[in-house]
Formats: sequence, structure tokens, C-alpha cells
Amino acid sequence: MNGFLARRIIGLALTLLAASLVVFLVLQVLPGDPASLMLDTQARADTLAALRHQLGLDRPAWLRYVTWVWGLLHGDLGQSYTYSVPVAELVRQRVMVSLPLAVMSILLSTGIAIPVGTLSAAGRGRRADVALMGMSQLGMALPNFWLGILLILVFAVALPLFPAGGFVGWDKGAWPALRCLVLPACALALPQAAILSRVTRSAVLETLGQDYVRTALSKGLSGQAALWRHAVPNALIPVVTIIGLQFSFLLAGTVIIENVFALPGLGRLVFQAIAQRDLIVVQDLVVLLAGSVIVVNFLVDLAYLALDPRIARDGAR
Amino acid sequence: MTRFALTLLALSCLAGPALAGVADDSITLGMPLEPPVLDPTASAAAAVKEVTYGNIFQGLTRITEAGTVAPLLAKSWTISPDGLTYSFALQTGVTFHDGAPFDCSNVKFSYERAQAPDSTNAQKGFFEPIAGIACPDPAHAVITLKRPTGLFLNNMAAGDASIFSPASVATNKTHPIGTGPFMFKSWIKGDRVELVRNPHYWGTPAKLASATFRFISDPSAATAAILAGDLDAFPLFPAPESLDVIRKDPRFAVVIGTTQGKTIMAVNDARKPFDDVRVRRALAYAIDRKALIEALGGLGQPIGSHFIPGNPGYVDLVGAYPYDPAKAQSLLAEAGVKPGTEVTIKLPPPGYARRGGEVIAAMLEQVGLKAKLVPVEWAQWLDQVFKQSDFDLTIIAHVEPNDLDIYARDKYYFNYHSPEYKALYQKYVETTDAAARLDLLGQLQRKLSEDEPNIFLFALPKVGVWNAKLTGLWHNQPIFANDLSNVAWSK
Repeated sequence: MNGFLARRIIGLALTLLAASLVVFLVLQVLPGDPASLMLDTQARADTLAALRHQLGLDRPAWLRYVTWVWGLLHGDLGQSYTYSVPVAELVRQRVMVSLPLAVMSILLSTGIAIPVGTLSAAGRGRRADVALMGMSQLGMALPNFWLGILLILVFAVALPLFPAGGFVGWDKGAWPALRCLVLPACALALPQAAILSRVTRSAVLETLGQDYVRTALSKGLSGQAALWRHAVPNALIPVVTIIGLQFSFLLAGTVIIENVFALPGLGRLVFQAIAQRDLIVVQDLVVLLAGSVIVVNFLVDLAYLALDPRIARDGAR
Repeated sequence: MTRFALTLLALSCLAGPALAGVADDSITLGMPLEPPVLDPTASAAAAVKEVTYGNIFQGLTRITEAGTVAPLLAKSWTISPDGLTYSFALQTGVTFHDGAPFDCSNVKFSYERAQAPDSTNAQKGFFEPIAGIACPDPAHAVITLKRPTGLFLNNMAAGDASIFSPASVATNKTHPIGTGPFMFKSWIKGDRVELVRNPHYWGTPAKLASATFRFISDPSAATAAILAGDLDAFPLFPAPESLDVIRKDPRFAVVIGTTQGKTIMAVNDARKPFDDVRVRRALAYAIDRKALIEALGGLGQPIGSHFIPGNPGYVDLVGAYPYDPAKAQSLLAEAGVKPGTEVTIKLPPPGYARRGGEVIAAMLEQVGLKAKLVPVEWAQWLDQVFKQSDFDLTIIAHVEPNDLDIYARDKYYFNYHSPEYKALYQKYVETTDAAARLDLLGQLQRKLSEDEPNIFLFALPKVGVWNAKLTGLWHNQPIFANDLSNVAWSK
């Protein structure tokens, strides 16, 4: 187990180093200069030079890379060029939107998908299965931004139950803040639930055909009990894998939904920072997101261990 | 996606949405872009001024909705006959939001800061003519210039010339402290900025107790926020395709006004074959401005030079190059441009460029030019087109007011070099007599129309949408601002 952890941590460090180098190099090649974006078309050459000096853009690239990585190692993410505030503060504010949104979406999609997938598998080929899988087909085909617009029009414009977008901030209280996240969480969760329910269905179908389920049934266990006690727990490994992938996506891949709902989340911050050539913010976020994907994968692996003790026994040689 | 959204919007309007409760002393406005900072001297981004101008920060003078210069922190002024000395009488009893007093020393401090070698003021050029600032007493400022500068009072009305207090200058980017009728309250980055009424304001207090600016760039999100009543106003509405839906709803007023945006197809005058004036004139004849405007929503007004209709001194030159593809073809042939010649048009993100580019490409095709469209991001445009002049043609709106000087610069991206224009512009700058200035403005416009360094297309309209009960919002946009000092809810 210790070897497993050590390997994981070394892997994490190497991946982050590689990510930092790649993003830094790519941003060096990308045309566009943060200083000229800040000063726009009326800028004079001397003003531009003064700003570039102030931002430290006139230093050689290798020095900027080393200073940045050195700062990261000390927990200093640096200062945003465009916002002129510490990147750590920007990221903290955005995580307070993106993380709760991701958690809500995952809870929602899992809460829908596992029962739906299981019931579908149990009633394979029956009318309920066909109907549920038809709906899941539809759910997969719906782009989430389209669903988002639809939800806004129904639940914000026609029936003003939720705000049409924006985020009031957590200091206004938990419910006003959560209210802002309900519609975007639904827009994100429904297409994901559609995928997840299909995965659940096929995984449960597979375990239902296993010998141990037949044994359980033959020793007199009811169909329902065999399903929930034996088939479902053994079907969870592929389901957890997909949940892990979906969670990583939700942390920063939600820029379109954030735009539709005008939410100040991480995805929009990345997008904005790239458009504004706020290089330091892009660099920090890429490294942070790479790190979070690795951590999520690690948690998924831990979940495997809990779900299937055989993996722990064989994997911790 | 948009068409579907529109249908849905229409349907949802039929359903009769309830009117969100309207508080009568607060307002929530939408803006497409978030300001990166709230210090108008630290960033050229228009969004900074759209929040702060006239609300938080004030200058010696201000620009009115009509585009004229009016007194603000300067009560009045006199100009010496040689046009070199401006004596301002300042308002007294003015304090900054943190309680710091305002007097001549703040004027001296702010202008000298903008002039300093390490200044990063985007409009540093405005301060370059200043030779010295003297404070004979706290209530008077005397500014001497190196040379007569006709636009000096206009320039000092810009947000870039806001008057700061030395005590708060370091923190203005995130916590702005000015002398205006509104004070900064909070900023949720990526979402909103909140202002509250300044109870100690030196002038007529604002009618609104608070104002919130929210940042929504997605057109369908903007439309939904207006329809849901989350927003009271969207002064620069980003979804022209939803206007028909909003117009049908009696809760809202749709107000089409003017901006100072001159939409042009900029031409690289240093590159063959565009260095030949006949080729540029051919391009001007080849473009049907009416059809172009129609394709972009039908709201703009055609222009024939780098000047906005309605501004003092405007000369109508729209008829100089009427739509005439045959004439364009013969001019191209005369200049030796073979049919099928490929030209590249670089298109920055705004809709007028991306959609307009497609329309223009089809029109150029008609006269035998093969237009290749290259979409670029804003950062790329600034780098490749603006900085390196690496382009044939590009479509762009020049939004700065009074920017005829860009054609007189030694180095500017479209590479127009005309000694006659430069001389004319120099004369305009140094003239202070109003009638003579207007006459010179006319001559400048005519010279540009004759040389057609760029193809002048149309004036960018200002599309505003707001609650029909709101009064006092600007219909036109002479500068980037949402001046809320006179905004109120009607009973």
C-alpha cells in the first residue's frame, strides 16, 4: 500500500512538471501579448514598454518559467495580469462556484442513473426498459447548452422559480446561492445521467448473468434482494470509472454551460484568461486542473479497492 | 441554436411571464464584458469606463450624452488668446469617497502621474501637450500647454483623465475611490459589481440608491436575463436577433442610438495592389453598404469617411462611391489587377466582422476578386494586424471619438502616408477658432474620402434594451459610459 502511494505521488509530481512545461511553451508560441491587449489600439510605444516592464514580460522566457515554478512550489500562484489580483484569490472564488456545481451535478446524475440503469437491467426487454433507454438515448443526444436554454426559458422566464443566470455569492446565504446552481446542475446532470444509466444497465446485466447471482437465486433469495445485494455492488466498478471521468470534466469543462448561465466558474476563467492572454492564470489553471484530474483518478482507484478487495490484494504486492 | 432559441423565446412570451418585482430605487444593468480592473487609468478596456465613468470617477470636464464638453470638477475655465493657458476654477467642498478632500493638488497629482515615464495610461498621448500645472490656490488650476491643442478639454473629459486622490491611487484597481455620485460597494469577480449612492456627494445626489452591473456575454443568456426580469437594462445589448421578441413585449423599451464606432474595411496601403488608390476606390465601389447593413440587422448608418453622421462638422460623403460593380471592375483592370486575384480578409470576433466578412467576400467575388476569410481572435488581431501590419484587408470598428489623428501618424497599422493630410491635421490641432475647426474637419473628411485609405462602411449602432419605466439612460454613446447620475424610475 505504501509503495502504491509513493508511486502515485511521484507520478503526480512528474505529470505536473510536464504539464507546466507544455503549457508554458505553448503560450510562448501563441501570438498575442497581454500588455497590448490591456492598452488596446491607442497605446504608445513607451506606454507599452513601461507596462511590459511592470508585468515582467521583458524578462527572458526561461527566467519567467523558473520564477513561476519556484513560486508554485512555495504555494504562490502569482498575480493575474488583467485583474491585478493574486491568482490564488481568483481561483478560490471560482472554485466556490465550480466545485459545488460539480458535486451537485454528480449527485444528481448518479442519483438518477443508478436506479434507472438497474431497473432497466432487471426488467430487460420489458416496456419500462425500452422507455427508460429511449429517454436515455434522447438525453445523450441533447447538447447540454441547449438543455440549459430550455430550462432557463421554462423555469426562469415563463415560471420565475429560479434566476435566469448569474451567481449571487455564498455570503448572501446558502439557499440564494444554491438556487443559482439548480438549473445549471440539471443541465449538466441530465445528459451525464443518460450515459451513466446505460453504463449501469450493461454492467448490471453482466453481473446478473454471473454464477453467484444464479446461486443466490437458487438458494431462495428473492429477485430484488439478489439484484440489490449481489448484482449491483459487483457492477459498480465501471460505473465509478465513468463518474470519475465525469467529475474531472465538470471541474473545468463546463465553460459552455457557465456562459449560458453567466456563472463565474473555473471554465469561464480559463476561457477569459486565454482570450485576454492572462498567461499566468492560464498556466496556473492548467497545472491545477491537471493535478485535480490526477487526484480524482486516485480517488477512483481507492474506490476500486473498497469495492473489490481482490484489487487491493493483487495490486499491493 | 439561435433560431430555435428565438422560437422558444416567442413561445415563452405567449405564456405571459410574470413581471419581476421592481424596486424603485435600485437598478441592475447588463454588460457583455467584465472590466478587468476598476481603475480607468490602468486599462483601455471599454468596460472599465462603462462602470466607473461619471458614476465613481470624475474629471475636470465631462462628455454629455450629446457628445459636447461640459464642466464637472471644474466649474468654469478661461483660455488665453494664444490657446496655451487654461485657467480652471474648481468646485469647492468636494471630497473623495474615503473622505479625502479634493483641490488643485489632486489635479496636479493625477495629470503628472499620467505623464510620468513609468505611466501605463492607455491615453498617455492626451497628457503629452501639458507643459506645466500650477496651483495658485486650492480652488484654481492653471494648465499651460506646449502648443495649442483644440481637443484638450475633450481629452480631459475622458475616463483616462479622472481625478484621483494620492491616498487611494494604489488600490483603485480593485476598490475604486473617486468623487462621483456613486461609491463602490462590492465586486464578485466574473459576475457583478455593486455601487451605492454617495450620501456626501457635492452635486445633485443620484436618484438611485444602488446600482448593480452584471456581466453576461452569451446572447441567449442576455435575452433570458432581460425577459426574466433579472436585469432592468442592457445598454449595449449583445443579441440583435432577439430584438423582435423584446419589441413585442410592452415591459421593455428598445432604443437604437449612435456610437462613435466607425466600421471600416481597413486596407494595408503599403501592400500591393492596395498601394494603388484605384484599387482602393474599386473596393469602395464594389461594396453595397445598404445590403451589408441589411445583412447585419439593418441598424447601422452608411458612412463615406472616418466620421460619424450627426457629429459637429460632419460632411456627407456617402455618395462618393456608390455601389457600382462595373466601375469597380474597370478600375481594377486599369490598375492591372487580374480577375481571380486572391485577397485575404482577417476577421476579429465581433459579429459585424465575422458576418460582415462573408457578405463582403461575396461582393468582392462579383468584381472578380477571390476573398479568403481568416477568422482571428482579438489577441491575434492586435498582434498580427495592428502591431505587425501583416494583412491585406480586415474589418474593424474604430470606436474612439475624434480619432482622425490615426491617419496623420507616422506609423499606424493601415500604413496611410499622406503629407497633405498630415499638414491639414496639424493645422486642425493648432486651430482653436470653432468655425475654422469645423471647416478643417470637413477638409479632413474629404481628403480621406478621396484617398480612400480604408473602405468606410457604416456607423456602429448602439442597441439598448431597458425597462420602459426607466428614465435617464443614454440613448446615444458618445463615449463608453453608463452615466447613472440622472437615471430614475418613473412612477
